[in-house]
Amino acid sequence: MKQKGTEKIKRGLAQMLKAGVIMDVTTPEQAIIAQEAGAVAVMALERVPADIRKEGGVARMAAIEIVQRIMDAVTIPVMAKARIGHFVEAQVLEALGIDFIDESEVLTPADDAYHIDKRPFTVPFVCGARNLGEALRRIAEGAAMIRTKGEAGSGNIVEAIRHLRQVNDEIRRLTTLPEEELVAASRDLGAPLELVREVAQAGRLPVVMFVAGGIATPADAALCMQLGSEGVFVGSGIFKSANPAKTAKAVVEATHYFDDPKVVLEVSKELGAPMPGLEIGQIPKEQLLAGRGW
Amino acid sequence: MPRPKPKRAALAPPADGLRIGVLALQGDIDEHVAALQECKAHGVRVKTAAELEQVDGLIIPGGESTAVGTLLDRFQIAGPLRERAHLGMPVWGTCMGMIVMADKVTGSKQPTLGLLHIEVKRNAFGRQIESAEEALEIEGLEGKPFPGVFIRSPWIESVWGGAHILAYVEGKGVMVWQKNLLGTSFHPELTDDLRIHRYFLQMAAAAKH
Repeated sequence: MKQKGTEKIKRGLAQMLKAGVIMDVTTPEQAIIAQEAGAVAVMALERVPADIRKEGGVARMAAIEIVQRIMDAVTIPVMAKARIGHFVEAQVLEALGIDFIDESEVLTPADDAYHIDKRPFTVPFVCGARNLGEALRRIAEGAAMIRTKGEAGSGNIVEAIRHLRQVNDEIRRLTTLPEEELVAASRDLGAPLELVREVAQAGRLPVVMFVAGGIATPADAALCMQLGSEGVFVGSGIFKSANPAKTAKAVVEATHYFDDPKVVLEVSKELGAPMPGLEIGQIPKEQLLAGRGW
Repeated sequence: MPRPKPKRAALAPPADGLRIGVLALQGDIDEHVAALQECKAHGVRVKTAAELEQVDGLIIPGGESTAVGTLLDRFQIAGPLRERAHLGMPVWGTCMGMIVMADKVTGSKQPTLGLLHIEVKRNAFGRQIESAEEALEIEGLEGKPFPGVFIRSPWIESVWGGAHILAYVEGKGVMVWQKNLLGTSFHPELTDDLRIHRYFLQMAAAAKH
């Protein structure tokens, strides 16, 4: 008897992506460049976060034709974004046959109170988180993978690093607590006790965690990996750089050989200009994306 | 009250001193290392040709074959790995690993190691929503059926020159054995059933002595 869409199958796909790079693409041509560079998956988008930020307006699920053409162009898994809480966009993407859905704060939220109940879906979901409580709430809703939120489209890694350190610090703290303090920890984190116990026992999240939001260079990717990330999402950083094909390959190699500075040095040479970056303090508060979701 | 230690704690190297490498470029590397430790074997990560020299067998994990196939060439591991395999070192590929080991990939020119005499079809069961768990009957494996975990899995289209299919799903080969080489479409490292890992350790022990 075949059993599709089980927790093991959904979380398992994320496990197969570990130590890999997932790249944002907006055309089939970009998807092929990403695949040839060694990306483990692509995120099919209508606009990269840097452009969403620039152009403003309501950002929704990408046009179906765009996603479909990208799915037809590559053999690696294709992900697409649905708005927070917009379970119908997610149903549509699942019906299309997408491999992974990102319930993403980069799009304009459709529901300001609730995220999608991801458990009934056959397709796996990845969700953003800034801290352990947020990560565990998403996992409780059925997320098969977690990524830091960072500040998408900023080209600035500082927020992603903050979120990665925050989650890892909170996990380490849980592993030192005696059993009787875990109930209070669960209350403080706003996360189910069962998951809190599981994390305290294992010393890690029950799903794979990647870093996303602001990665622009091979050294950024290697920094995330050395800090314990299990892989990276690169959004605007590839196709907003001067030489996308070369940058894509360099980020992939720096992610695999993150602990070998000689490789990171080699791949960082003659890349041309990375994407332009934004100082987080200069982004108007209402335009910050990481605060979306709860 | 002190909590019990995590289930898969690091263990001392076993008495027979077998070192099994897990190719650590990309994919579910930790899961294989943990499964080897659970079998009381010494699992080590292999990222370079120098590290490859130190092991008695190699597991190529699940992951993305286009990514890993390219990296094997770029970082000059493909040549030494082929040589070790031809000299009899046991190599086992799970899912992506089996694709990377194959002679031929249906409809693709992606670089492979050309070790297993099989033609393999990628994503043969369909996209992720078609991925599934399914119990398997495996030739020569005693006891209950094996829990097959298939994630965007390939199947084996055809075999030749000493390759032998050990398990089928829907009439398609999903496990292959060829002298010192083993390939599975599925992921034993994602289950608690360690019978195939133990079998591979026996292959490595036999090759060493």
